[in-house]
Parts: sequence; C-alpha cells; structure tokens
Amino acid sequence: MHVSTDYNNDQLTLHLRGPFTIYEAGAAKSLLLDELHVADDMEVDLSEVSEFDTAGLQLLLLMKREALRLDKPLRFHGHSKAVLAVIDLYNLGGVFGDPVVLAGKGRS
Amino acid sequence: MNLEAAKQAFYEECDELLGLMEASLLAVEASSGAARAEHINAMFRTAHTIKGSAGLFDFADIVAFTHLLESVLDRVRDETLAISPQLVEILFSSCDHIAQLVAAVREGRTGQDNPALTSALEAIFNAPQAQGLSVAAESRVEIEADGAHVVTSENWHLSLRFGPDVLRNGMDPMSFIRYLGTLGQIVFVTTLYDDLPEAEQMDPETCYLGFEIEFKAAPGIDKRAIENVFDFVRDDSRIRIVPPHAHMDEYVRLIKESPEGSSRLGELLVKGGALTPLELEEVLEAQRAAAAKGDHKQLGTLLIQEQLVPPVAVAAALDRQREHQTQKTREHRVVKVDAARLDGLIDLVGELVISGAAAQLAAEGTTQAALREAVASLTALVERIRDEALSLRMVPVGEVFSRFPRVVRDAARDLNKDIQLELEGEETELDKSMVDKLADPLVHLVRNAIDHGIESPSLRRTRGKPDYGTVWLNAYHESGSVVIEVGDDGGGMDRGRIRRRAIERGLIDEDAQLSDQQILQLVFEPGFSTAESVTQLSGRGVGMDVVKRNIEALKGFIEIDSMEGQGTIIRLRMPLTLAIIDGFRVGVGASTFVIPLDLVIECLDLPVSDGVPSHYVNLRGEVLPFLRLRDLFEIDTAPPKREAIVVVQYGTSRAGLVVDRLEGELQAVIKPLGQLFRGVKGLGGSTILGSGAVALILDVPDLIQRAAGDERRRVSATQTPDVKRLRSEQGSEP
Repeated sequence: MHVSTDYNNDQLTLHLRGPFTIYEAGAAKSLLLDELHVADDMEVDLSEVSEFDTAGLQLLLLMKREALRLDKPLRFHGHSKAVLAVIDLYNLGGVFGDPVVLAGKGRS
Repeated sequence: MNLEAAKQAFYEECDELLGLMEASLLAVEASSGAARAEHINAMFRTAHTIKGSAGLFDFADIVAFTHLLESVLDRVRDETLAISPQLVEILFSSCDHIAQLVAAVREGRTGQDNPALTSALEAIFNAPQAQGLSVAAESRVEIEADGAHVVTSENWHLSLRFGPDVLRNGMDPMSFIRYLGTLGQIVFVTTLYDDLPEAEQMDPETCYLGFEIEFKAAPGIDKRAIENVFDFVRDDSRIRIVPPHAHMDEYVRLIKESPEGSSRLGELLVKGGALTPLELEEVLEAQRAAAAKGDHKQLGTLLIQEQLVPPVAVAAALDRQREHQTQKTREHRVVKVDAARLDGLIDLVGELVISGAAAQLAAEGTTQAALREAVASLTALVERIRDEALSLRMVPVGEVFSRFPRVVRDAARDLNKDIQLELEGEETELDKSMVDKLADPLVHLVRNAIDHGIESPSLRRTRGKPDYGTVWLNAYHESGSVVIEVGDDGGGMDRGRIRRRAIERGLIDEDAQLSDQQILQLVFEPGFSTAESVTQLSGRGVGMDVVKRNIEALKGFIEIDSMEGQGTIIRLRMPLTLAIIDGFRVGVGASTFVIPLDLVIECLDLPVSDGVPSHYVNLRGEVLPFLRLRDLFEIDTAPPKREAIVVVQYGTSRAGLVVDRLEGELQAVIKPLGQLFRGVKGLGGSTILGSGAVALILDVPDLIQRAAGDERRRVSATQTPDVKRLRSEQGSEP
C-alpha cells in the first residue's frame, strides 16, 4: 500500500493506493493512527484501494471509533469497488455513515 | 481390506455403538421432553447403524432383531408409543441381546435366540394404536397450545463469532459469508465489532468480528450443508445455527451463550427479523425464569415442562444431535492398531534400550568425544521413543468407568436401593492390558458396595444420612502407581463380625493377633462371606477372593479403609506399566539389583552400628525398618566398611534397603523370570544390563511388607492394632 498525504489548510487528505489487506495491516495501522493524532480534520481517499479484506475493514472501524473518541472529523470517501464489496457484504454502510455510491441492505 | 478385517472392524464398531446405545438409554430414563426425544433419536440411529453393518455381512439374526428394535424405537420417536418403565427395561434387555448376538458371531457360533424378548418387542410394536392414538391426539392438542413456543421466522439464523486467528490463518470471514450466499439468500447481516479493543491494544492481524446472519436457504440445503460452510473454522470459532421455525429454546440458548449480553443480542435478533419483539419478550422471560432457578440443566428441560414437543423442535433437536455427531467423528480420528503389533513395537523398543545401554557403556570407555556425544544424544532419543511407545498403550481409565452407570442402575434396581454414582479421575491413564483386566474386579467391588455397603433407606435415615446411597469410583496417580478407589457411604465393615466369621470358617485361630488391616483383608479370603442373606448379586462367598487374585496377578495391591457407620473405601493400587521402567541400580557383592526409580525416595549412608544388629534406623524422627539385601539373598561376601541405605516407598509405607553400592539410574526392560525363579518372593523380574549381565529387579512392595513384618514380629505381639486409617488418609489424598 502506498500512502500520499495532501495538506490543504488544516485539512489532511490521505490517498491510499494499492492493496489494503492483512499483509499491509500492521504498517497501515500505525501510519493511519499517527496521522489521525496529528491532523485536526482528516479525509481518507479509498478510490485507489485495489484489494481489501476483513483486516482492512477492522482498521477502518478502529479509525472511525478513534476519531469519535478524539472528537475529530474523519471521512472516508471515493470507496473503490473492493472496499465497497466488503462494507456491503458486512452491511456496515450505516456504521461508517460516509456517502457512498452503492448502499445495499446487506443483500448480496 | 479383506473380509476378516472388515468383520473385525464391525465388531469393534458394535462395541462402541452398543456403549452409545446404553448411554442413550440411561439418558432417556433420566430425562424428559425434547432432551429425551434427542436420546431416543440417538438410540434409534445406533440401532440403525448396527443393522446396516450387520446386513453387509449377512448376519441375519442381528439384522432381524435390530430391525424389530428399530421399528419399536421408530414408534417411540413418532410419539405413537409412550415410554414406560417396562419399555425401558425391555430396551435394556435388547441392548444386551444384541451384544450377545454380536459376541456369538464373533466367536463363530450362532447366537441364542431370545424368544421371550422378541415376542415382547413384537407385542409392543403391534400394540393397539389406540394407546398410541390417544397420545398422538393429545400431542396434537399440545402442539396447538404450544404454537407460541415456536418462532415465526422462516429463515435460518446463524450466529458466528470467529476465532482470533482466522485472518492470520488465511481464512477471511468474508469468504465464508460469500460462500454461504451461494447456498441461498443472505437476508440480513449484522456485523458485531464490540470486541474491537482500544487502538493501542488492537492487533491488526487478529479477527475481532462477529456476525448475526438471517439466511434463507435454497431448496435442498439442510443444516449439514450450512455447517459444512464453516468446516475450516469450526474448531476455533463459535458457530451456532438455528433452523427456521425453531423452538424458542434455541434462542434462549443462543442469547444465554452470547458474549455481548442478552439485551444486545436480543435487539439484534429483532432487527434482523429472527424474532418478533413479542417473541423476544418470551425468550427473555424464559431465560430469566431459568436463571432464577439457577440450574443450567433447566434450559434443557425448560424445553417445555409439558411432556410433548412440537415436531419442529424435535427436528431441531435432531439437527443438534447430528452436529454433535459430526463433531464426535472429528475428534475420534484415530488409527486402530492390532494390540499384538503394539506389543511387538514395545518389545523392539526394549531391545533398543538394551543395545543403547551397551553402546553407552562402550562409549564411556573411550576418549572419543564425538562418539560419546553421539551416544549421549542417541540415549536421549531412545528414552523418548520408549516413553512414546509406552504411552501408546495407555488408555484413560474412563473406558472402564463408562460401563458403571449401567451396572449401578441394574444393581440398584434389583436391590431396590436408591444409588448415586460418582465418577472421578476418568482421564487417569493406565496400561491397556490392565484396563481390560480391571473391569471385572471393579464391577464386583461396586456391586458388593451397593449390596453390602449401602444400608436400607430406613436404616440410613436413622443414621442421619440421605436416603440415596453414594458409590464412587476415583482414579489417580500416586508414587509410580495408579490407584483406583471404590468407595461408598454405607455402613462400613463390622470388624467384630468379620473376625467371628473368620474364626467360624476356620480361617484364623481364635487367639490370632491381627492388625486392623489384616482383619479387613480377611474378606478377600476364599470362602468368606458375612452377608446375613444371600442376595441375587453377591454374598455367595465367591468373588472377593477372585478379585484379590486378579489384582495380584497384575502386581497390584488391595487396601481397605472402613469406618463403621460411615463407609468403606477399597483402593486398588496398580503398577503403572508392565514393560519398561526407569530403574535405580544398586550393587551387593558381585550382584546388581534394580529398584524401580519411582519408588525410590532418597539414599543415605547407613549409620555405623555399634555392634548390635538392628533392623531400623531413625530417619528424622521416624522409625524406618530396613532389610539387608545381603542377608535376604544370602550373598556370601563380606560387607564393605560403609553401606548405603535406599529409602523406598510404596503407597503409604516406607522401608530401607541396605546395599553396598549405589550405581546410578538406568532404563530397565522387564523380562519375566525363568521357571526356576517363579514364586521367589522379593523379585519382580529381571533385566539385561548394557554389559550383557543380568540384574534382578526387586519387588519393592513385597520387600516393604517384609521389612515391616519382620519388625512387627520382633516388637512385642501385644501392640495395639493400627489406628483407624480412614480419617487420617482422607486428609492426605491428592
């Protein structure tokens, strides 16, 4: 997974590229959390995530919860197909509350 | 596999199945409602399996009989036939009959028909439908009245909690749920991430997720198929599958087991559509009621205290049973090996141990470091192979214990006593050959305890004991031996009566001085019986002496503890294994002896005597009797200036053995003694040393008795007998 950061005033945008799976999860966890702690307002662009699995999903859940705890805005946007497939399967769209294009009711 | 081998497998399978059948039947007797239906089902299936396998081999009589049994059970299963005590009795006899038939074909003869039993079964099977109909009619009414207990949801409900390591093992829950989707339609998924820990503690490679899934199965998809989806993760994950229209109880259980707490899961179930809010209310109410009773068994019987169960719930129970069954087969992934081949292996390992010792001896004489090193690691490996090989023969004693519920039930019924059986230490391991030979003596002791030990209910009441008597079996390891206890809380043994009877029967002289233990041991003398009345079970004066003989043939010992009015404990102390032991080598003169290492407590220098030949030493304030091996085996060399004393213990008694030299540890392969030495007391066998020389293995229990006996003879004969030991020993039990 490749991560590039993009500052716009106080808003940080992270662009994630490539696979985001259990193989990347260890490195991704510390990276994402560190950024979250530094940033005041954070956005994560998921549009170029090519592979996604349960480990990746757990990290997104963790981020969301951590942001809530720190009371910082955190948005995921541009969900790629791979990400959407997992969120959809797990019927977690509502939990993230981010605008996504396809919202299924957990039906496959 | 040739036909003979297949038959062999059939016999073994039958043994297992008959055991299962009996267990189910016992459970049927003890349960009611859906739990009972489950056990009936289990029994039906075992009968069916036996019939099927017997059919393969053309064992016509077994097929015919099991078919009849199966038909009767089928009627019970359909609830057109009620379970009555008579029926249960007949079913027990049927089990026994099948066992006899199987034993008969195994020995190549034709089985004895049991026309009485057959006609009884036929009569039951053909019993007027009227009786059955009335039950059926009743049950139909019940079902209607019971309708509220079945949930309305048409979907399967799956409750999945994946194990922490599934991701690491490359098994993503995602793929399982996707695969599940190919078997039907996933109606609703709730993902639980309550377990997700704090950010710092969260391990990104651990799975923290759980799922509650509503699933509409495609036609032809049954529970088995759904279960199979999760085959790979079943072991470390918690998978619960509730069928459509399941009984409320299924949900009660689901909620009870849920780690998230009942209200949270209940909410989820309603959200997913598994339960309606009204149904949830009912489930929670049932669960509270069950919890208030504080008895987890209640959940099973809560299963409607009404005796009849809606058919759907029976189906659910059947499914659960099947689930159980598949798990069982998974656990029992064993290889069956002919015992003779195992013995062959052990013999070879024994030879290996001897050659290893020889190599070690040779290596010690050289200065080649490499050789010595190689031999040292070889020796370590040989030791491990030996342990492995020996453990192959070890089986849990529970294998024997499992037959006792039936034994106790039958005996209690015959004698009209209420007996509770407690089993403990079933996992204690014992040599397979010994386990087989222990079964009969134990059955005898248990029957004896029930018959003679436990008093009549009225007598028990006057003694302030509960009406039901307790008999227990317990097994544990203790200093190189396995102890199996048969205990009861009955009347205990009347020493006066035993003594009188023994004198009457001419077993002892009127003025014989006997220790407490010796008096108690008299009951094992041939022809001894104190029972006032001869009952169907015991009291014919045969048996106890046979028990003793059998135990002694296995190199075991029997101890009795008995408190009048409080109960009796009979302890069988058996050696751990019969083949190879860790030994301690000692030398006297030119001879070498081996003492089983497990029995050695410590070694000391023998204090130089002041000329007076004594037979005991003061060991830290305790009197320790000792034996001089030089005297015992009449070795005619002069003793060295300093002798050593090896303290050995067997059971609770200790003694010292005086030797010239301590030569260290070795592995000893026990070889039986030749004809000439059979019956020589004090010797347990022989072994071959690395040098090729023969060493004798000492029979420590016998030597300890001898040392203590010698001592007792020397001490004045008027000593009081040992204090009663029941109380003191109970304290020291592990």
